[in-house]
Amino acid sequence: MMTFHPKILAPVAVAGLLASAALAHDHQAGTLSIQHPWARETAPGQAVGGGFLAIVNAGASEDRLLSGTSPVAAEVQLHTMMMDGGVMRMRQVTGGIAIPANGAVELKPGGFHIMFMGLKRPLRQGERFPVTLRFQRAGNVTVQFAVQPVGSTGPMKGGHDSH
Amino acid sequence: MTATEPDPVEPFEEAQGGSPKWIIWLAVLFVGALIAVAVMNHGKGGGAADGDYARAFGGPFTLTAPDGATVTEKTLAGRPYAIFFGFTRCPDVCPTSLARMARLRKQLGPQAMKFNIVFVSVDPGHDKPADLGNYVALFGTPIIGLTGTDAQLEQIKKGYGVYSAKVPQPGGDYTIDHTVAIYLMTAKGEFSGTIDFQESDATALEKLKRLIA
Repeated sequence: MMTFHPKILAPVAVAGLLASAALAHDHQAGTLSIQHPWARETAPGQAVGGGFLAIVNAGASEDRLLSGTSPVAAEVQLHTMMMDGGVMRMRQVTGGIAIPANGAVELKPGGFHIMFMGLKRPLRQGERFPVTLRFQRAGNVTVQFAVQPVGSTGPMKGGHDSH
Repeated sequence: MTATEPDPVEPFEEAQGGSPKWIIWLAVLFVGALIAVAVMNHGKGGGAADGDYARAFGGPFTLTAPDGATVTEKTLAGRPYAIFFGFTRCPDVCPTSLARMARLRKQLGPQAMKFNIVFVSVDPGHDKPADLGNYVALFGTPIIGLTGTDAQLEQIKKGYGVYSAKVPQPGGDYTIDHTVAIYLMTAKGEFSGTIDFQESDATALEKLKRLIA
């Protein structure tokens, strides 16, 4: 059987995320800091888009990202993917994504991501669009996703393309 | 193929109590050894593709381009090509691979257009030819986006040894599991090698240079 392991960041990576929290484009919600939400641009007619972000939990209790909504999509889903002997496998995450106490989780290419299903319009490079994330403890938090070039592999910082 | 690896199946029973990952890794090593042997044999050919190796992947296919035109292996003949398989809902591997091929092509400078980039959608249920055309246009370099009927896709998947399968999802929709390797084919449609998803740009660029040399 295939299993998907939540990717818990090492403490050093958490420190890095905390350090970068001062950069623009972050959202604070209670003990959660939601950092650099970004999505890939999509083509006309493309029904699905992917989004990524990092969540740092400075609190003493675990929280859990459960779901989301957005005016740009019929449905917002949580997915994960893994490489399995040269085969890419993507799966919907149904039980939410845990954000450990005093820890962090990163939704990034190659792992957890948000899928915008049933896009009502293409996501255009350079724009931002709102997404309301639903957390078990922190409740609903609305963040702005920045739309980046389709070939992006991480969030752009300060307007610079990170390839 | 002249591999004389010891049969790795023997110790499996003893390993049952341990991690099944061990088995997967052994299989990966075994396949890797087979490829290494194939590549070495290829090298001995002094540039002329060794028959078995050249025919290891590829072969005839019939697919549809975004403008509705029929594309076969004969349409692509005359120029080397890098071909891979995916779908437009693919979260990461497909856009990353396409963007990478576009980036590597740029690095080839004046040689950039000496090979074609071909992206085959194995998700005809979601990706219509015209949609695929819009999708590949995002990458800023000419990419041939192809798809076909289930039977046509079965033919090319079999030829290239590509695995893909529909996997139902909780909401009633489905996703696609698929092989991510990029197959490098010569102007004659012969197999020249692969680019792996995890391989460095530098290595991939060398392979492309050899392909178009």
